[in-house]
Amino acid sequence: MIQLPVKDSVGKWMKPHLLDGIESKRAKYGYIFALPWIIGLLIFYAYPLVSSVYYSFTKYNVVSPAHWVGLDNYVQLFGDQTFWTGIRNTIFYALISVPLSVILGIFLAILLNTSIRGQGIFRTVFFIPTLVPVVATSIIWQWLLNPQFGLINQLLAMVGITGPPWLGDPDWSKPSLILMAQWGIGHSIIIYLAGLQDISKDYSDAASVDGASGLRKVWSITLPLLTPVIFFNMVMGIINALQVFTLPYALTYGTGNPANSLLFYSMYLYNNAFKYMNMGYASAMAWILFIVIMAITLILFRSSNRWVYYSGDE
Amino acid sequence: MSKLRKNYGMLFIYVALTVAGMVFLLPFAWMISTSLKPDTQLFVSPPVWIPKPIAWENYYGAVTSVPFFTYMKNTLIIASLSTAGAVLSTPLAGYSLARIKWRGRETLFIITLAVMMIPAQVTMVPLFIVFSKMDMVGTFLPLILPTCFGAPFFIFLMRQFFKQLPRDLEDAARIDGCNEFGIYFRIMLPLIQPAVLTVALFQFMNSWNDFMGPLIYLNDERKYTLQLGLQQFKQAYNTIWNQLMAASVLVALPIIILYFFVQKSFIQGITFGGIKG
Repeated sequence: MIQLPVKDSVGKWMKPHLLDGIESKRAKYGYIFALPWIIGLLIFYAYPLVSSVYYSFTKYNVVSPAHWVGLDNYVQLFGDQTFWTGIRNTIFYALISVPLSVILGIFLAILLNTSIRGQGIFRTVFFIPTLVPVVATSIIWQWLLNPQFGLINQLLAMVGITGPPWLGDPDWSKPSLILMAQWGIGHSIIIYLAGLQDISKDYSDAASVDGASGLRKVWSITLPLLTPVIFFNMVMGIINALQVFTLPYALTYGTGNPANSLLFYSMYLYNNAFKYMNMGYASAMAWILFIVIMAITLILFRSSNRWVYYSGDE
Repeated sequence: MSKLRKNYGMLFIYVALTVAGMVFLLPFAWMISTSLKPDTQLFVSPPVWIPKPIAWENYYGAVTSVPFFTYMKNTLIIASLSTAGAVLSTPLAGYSLARIKWRGRETLFIITLAVMMIPAQVTMVPLFIVFSKMDMVGTFLPLILPTCFGAPFFIFLMRQFFKQLPRDLEDAARIDGCNEFGIYFRIMLPLIQPAVLTVALFQFMNSWNDFMGPLIYLNDERKYTLQLGLQQFKQAYNTIWNQLMAASVLVALPIIILYFFVQKSFIQGITFGGIKG
């Protein structure tokens, strides 16, 4: 039996194989094995995606039938003050917490990636907070940041500083939330650390021979080689920040108080859908969010070839 | 000179890491300390770190002030059934995408990657409408059913693991007369056990920690999960910090204990998306 060489799915030449003939018979098993997922895609992704577009053009409260209102929801949103408050709060949160967590995450990961003792212990210490459920996190921090009896303000008082009212004050509530979010950067530290461990030591050895200092090596070798991982964490960080929901919801029971300063976009969306039963209005909000997230991701990917270093020939 | 500079460098690294580590541990230490304080030591200045006497009764209070064990039972039902669903469904799709050639396979793979981009906010409203038309709102089903059909990230992970396996194994089995299901269940699936464990762990943790799902679908207190129960406990008794902390410790502890047993799977699951993807 003679067989011509064939290309595999990524376009590499495959060795002719004795049992290649069996592939065509196996194809039907490909469908069978993938069938549950195909059904899942249709029910839990395709259908909701399409019907969400439809609902965004209707008024619908689940009880009475939906009726078509065209672009009304979108027009109404543009005049809705609370909608804009949600957008402002969300952008403020994303703009500060994402860069902060990227810088802090890289900094700690680089320190961890040196020849220190107890690396595993430190890694565990930074990681464990990410395992704490969000409601528990909210309880811990509400107590820590209690204006009168909280540990933080008591510690500040010891050094003569009168602590702010934190979550009780509209000016301090978002900074408090950003602080809490930094407690959960262990996730990205682990990813940065894995990225750092993938960087060959040859580069920094060569630089040492040339007399480069530690800081210089970090700046000129480590950071550029880490840019793909930084890029990944940044994209995920922004996507998650724009959808921030659970922590502020748990802190404020969905109210977003004080003075709507913790009312984030997804919370207002949730309230519209499940508190006021404005399914159409909430769907319109969801689509605006989706489009914004896609646009930002696209822009980031476009910008990536200017600053993200990919080794290899791609 | 250079040696000296190096020593200062190492000193800086240790000091910085220790300070950062203490800052990260502080909320924990304070949570545990508060959970063991008698009422009289809660609102005092300067703060008390080591409670005297140790008030174990806070833990008793935390599990009796609210139906804690009912919440725990509900959470365990949801988490274990979702985990079973994910463990059954995601390797099937991953295997099909990695090891069987069929028309449309690449398209399905691209769609699988693409749906990861869809924010939950877009699909949650129509899904709620579907589940409410099927009379499932108020039951655990909306929290369990979706994972039983697969989840894109887990499928992606499974596919990458299946791709690494050598082909000779399945050929040998085939020559021995093993059918396709036999090859999958008896040869291939056991070989990617680490990936299955990672998926099980992450699905269990996601269900255990999920807040938004139960918030949308569970309206009867007897059906609440631990997260909803904790939130309600906080809302109802927001000044008994010692009992609230005890409840928080109890809700957080199982996952933290799990972490110490299967650290490797945790790290693998987290670094997978960032590095190998």
